[in-house]
Amino acid sequence: MHTATAAASVPETGTPREAIRVEDLHKSFGNLEVLKGVDLTARQGDVVAIIGGSGSGKSTMLRCINFLETPSSGKIVIGGEEVAMRADGSPANQKQIEKIRTKLAMVFQQFNLWTHRTLLENVIEVPVHVLKVPKAQAIERARELLERVGLGGKEDTFPAYLSGGQQQRAAIARALAVNPSAMLFDEPTSALDPELVGEVLTVIRDLAAEGRTMLLVTHEMKFAREVANHVVYLYQGRIEEQGPPAEVFGNPQSDRLKQFLSSVA
Amino acid sequence: MTGLLELLGLGASAELLSLSGWGGNLLRGLANSLQIAFGAFGLGLVIGLFGAYGKLYGGKVTRDLLAIYTTVIRAVPELVLILILYYVGSDIINKISEAMGGGRVEINGVAAGIWVLGIVQGAYATEVLRGAIKAVPVGQIEAAKSYGMPAFLTMRRVTIPAMMSFAVPGLANLWLIATKDTALLAVVGFNELTLETRQAASSTRAYFTFFLAAGFLYLMVTLCSGAVFARVEKWARRGQPSLKGGAR
Repeated sequence: MHTATAAASVPETGTPREAIRVEDLHKSFGNLEVLKGVDLTARQGDVVAIIGGSGSGKSTMLRCINFLETPSSGKIVIGGEEVAMRADGSPANQKQIEKIRTKLAMVFQQFNLWTHRTLLENVIEVPVHVLKVPKAQAIERARELLERVGLGGKEDTFPAYLSGGQQQRAAIARALAVNPSAMLFDEPTSALDPELVGEVLTVIRDLAAEGRTMLLVTHEMKFAREVANHVVYLYQGRIEEQGPPAEVFGNPQSDRLKQFLSSVA
Repeated sequence: MTGLLELLGLGASAELLSLSGWGGNLLRGLANSLQIAFGAFGLGLVIGLFGAYGKLYGGKVTRDLLAIYTTVIRAVPELVLILILYYVGSDIINKISEAMGGGRVEINGVAAGIWVLGIVQGAYATEVLRGAIKAVPVGQIEAAKSYGMPAFLTMRRVTIPAMMSFAVPGLANLWLIATKDTALLAVVGFNELTLETRQAASSTRAYFTFFLAAGFLYLMVTLCSGAVFARVEKWARRGQPSLKGGAR
């Protein structure tokens, strides 16, 4: 169903509309410059995998896109709308950034489900209180989504009583509940026990297959190669190499990427 | 019943404490004390919430002013504060009233008590709530932010519910302190439980009977509060596995 809408939005030219564009993004923490000018474009339906060693700035880049981190400078355009920024990089219009955030659903490494709410309450929270969806409708949709990520019957359970894999799947259901135009995954499997990684990747794989736009920061190289249609390798705050997964993984050009790939393989 | 009390030699005490006699006065004093404690605790919570948010997210001026407030209030003994705030407060109100052409105003004891103790409670509540807010894992608030929740909604739907489990033990302490601080209002002649007890005791010379009765009433308040706060804490900790482990 979603694929159909994505296809319908393809303009005459044949290229899908741009979903996220980042231009010359810089971010410093004090004297430490983490991002040194990153450019990135994701079109609708793109699955962009962002890989790189720890400290390469990949999570920071993702968090700058929805302004969880304030960029130091640069330009961010979401669905054709440029985010108004002050000279110091902070969002100039809080209402605008809040509206944009509701279209970018984020999935965190540590799940970040609200611990005092049940799974169902977690999933309906944003639709009901931010998007003003009628509660009955939100509940119906939340049940469908929880069913879909394999958590049917767990609606009334609190997050603390679930495994990491289950919590992350619930977090994905929470993300889907806002009907996002793009999803941001910040190392979604890095906090999971190895045997739980698979169940979360299966859910993400399905989402990629239905044509969702996704930015995926990950350490799962095999998975990135399989689901992404574009791979970005960050090294020390710059894009060192990017391209289709077959190129980046199959025929890496730079020595750093070669070294990185051999170290994680 | 009466026979039993006579047998134990408590007939005289029972008569002194009867509701139509001094006992009724004691209960009225208790009602006044509780009214003030409730009001002061509530006012303290409101001040505390604003104070905590101001200290955590406010600008430099706000933070400095709040630092002065919490430091001064917590540095000065409550008894002294009550005397200062009560007499200064009523003096200011009278000055204003006279300036506006009115006569001297009779200060309502309950309202004065609530204000005075509320300001004291607010300083402590600011610190209790500030600590509780800081204890909320940052990811909880980040999740709210990343889904476009505005600041006030985040506070109402995420931060306050998430901090409650950290705040309740401290707030329970503050409530018990509030119930007992009402006794200090006796110095400004307010008819709360302690003053009523003293009057009853000195009129009848039955000091032991009345102070024991008052002690019993304070104990009852504490025990009931304990039961209530246990339930509140259980509610605030919903979704968190018990520290004893295992069962839901």
